[in-house]
Amino acid sequence: MSPISRGFHRRRGEEAEGGRVPPGQYVTHDFPVLSAGPTPHTALDSWTFSIQGGATTKSWTWQEFQALPAETVTVDIHCVTRWSKLDTAWTGVSLDVLLGTVSNDAPYALAFCDGGYTTNVPVADLTGGKAWVAYSYDGGPLPAEHGGPARLLVPHLYFWKSAKWVRGLRLRDNDEPGFWEMYGYHMYGDPWREQRYAGD
Amino acid sequence: MAGTAVRGRLTWQTATVGSVVDETATVRTLSLELPDWAGHRAGQHLDVRLTAEDGYQAERAYSIATAPGEQVAITVERLDDGEVSPYLTQELRPGDQIEVRGPVGGYFVWDPVDGGPLMLLAGGSGIVPLRAMLRHRAREESPVAVRLLYSSRSWPDVIYRTELDQRAPGVTVIHTLTREQPAGWTGYARRVDQQMLAEVAWSAARAPLAYVCGPTSFVETVAAGLVALGYSPGRVKTERFGATGS
Amino acid sequence: MEPLEDRVLDGNAIGGLLLEVFGTEMTTATGACGRCGTAGQVAELAVYRPGLGTVVRCRHCDNVLMVMVRIRGVTCVDLQGLASLR
Repeated sequence: MSPISRGFHRRRGEEAEGGRVPPGQYVTHDFPVLSAGPTPHTALDSWTFSIQGGATTKSWTWQEFQALPAETVTVDIHCVTRWSKLDTAWTGVSLDVLLGTVSNDAPYALAFCDGGYTTNVPVADLTGGKAWVAYSYDGGPLPAEHGGPARLLVPHLYFWKSAKWVRGLRLRDNDEPGFWEMYGYHMYGDPWREQRYAGD
Repeated sequence: MAGTAVRGRLTWQTATVGSVVDETATVRTLSLELPDWAGHRAGQHLDVRLTAEDGYQAERAYSIATAPGEQVAITVERLDDGEVSPYLTQELRPGDQIEVRGPVGGYFVWDPVDGGPLMLLAGGSGIVPLRAMLRHRAREESPVAVRLLYSSRSWPDVIYRTELDQRAPGVTVIHTLTREQPAGWTGYARRVDQQMLAEVAWSAARAPLAYVCGPTSFVETVAAGLVALGYSPGRVKTERFGATGS
Repeated sequence: MEPLEDRVLDGNAIGGLLLEVFGTEMTTATGACGRCGTAGQVAELAVYRPGLGTVVRCRHCDNVLMVMVRIRGVTCVDLQGLASLR
């Protein structure tokens, strides 16, 4: 048994309005940058976003992507490392718009990114107004350290699912674990049920 | 024999805080009483583990600030947004207990048999393992010549100020104060750059052994700078610290 | 928070974790990248610690060499990116 360190406690944030912060989280006013690798720098004129499913791939260049209908949303985000940030403002293209151009009803998606990161999300959690490919944060272009030029934004799941430097989705019949999921993080990741690790 | 030594280093020992010394407004040295300590080498670090009442545990690594044979001590810089450093520098009192594991590290270590001349380069709290090396050199009465280039934000931020001022024979200390300098300061007043290294570092022809410690950006700039001066890359040892106040 | 580049550490920072995982001092071990072949001491490898786990990369080509994730007191270790570790 480890001796208790008198007076030591985990980091705590301020209390937030009831019901806005999932269990085990604290509110931060910072926007922590957590990365598993170096920040990629992809030139916009070579950037594409693709949806791969079966035999077909649908792809957009940056110009084509910018021409798609976009929306600005304000959402709370929750990181598995326990910080939550409220009222974050993003602009991007809804996955309803992107997936709407593809006639593939595969139930699962694996997001892939510059730098090699991957994460899996059920397609049902990307549609219905629940997810975006965001290229603007807080009124300006998304900074590279936060995933720019564009990142996946899926705020109802733990933020490791909101893949930075996203370049596309692979649609699959089976739920394939992405990078962190392979090492034991939860396949789904609902912060309200505290699904941090496999088996939670 | 070796197996027992490793097992000792692998297990968490309970350390009792002996005395505390405030080195600067944000940096504190904690002496630790460790009855089962097997000894350490200059430059090594130890891991500290804290346990909260709800069972939550946090671990951090801290360089050992003292020489082999001296009482174990760590020097901790308080980070405003830290979870552990505010506790260690403000809450912990003599008589309190923390868990410690180590010593750890076989790369960033120096012993007089490794020779020199020694080029030590510290950014902020990167001075800690280098100070252990200096104390070890002094205790062993080693004739190895040393130059220390130490970058700090301001004079009040210089850790171990008085000790470093003592002008030990064979040790030259050069300070650079990057943000604020006291009135009348004639020393360096900027971040370490190639020009400063060229002026301060031992000539590469002397095959110096260099130890660079501090924030990553400091270490990368300085290590590359030494190699550009002709230092053998294998004789430039680096230790990158996480967040420091510098 | 400190600048992004200052958050990338080196193998010295995970000496204790490696001691726990391998049962021996590992910072002076030499790791060779399975992708580009660059060999270097573990102490000099690039270490990323985003809070979810520890990712160790080749300084030359950024290939992932080691991943260590600790969940419920059990550490999962993936060394697939290394061609060798001695």
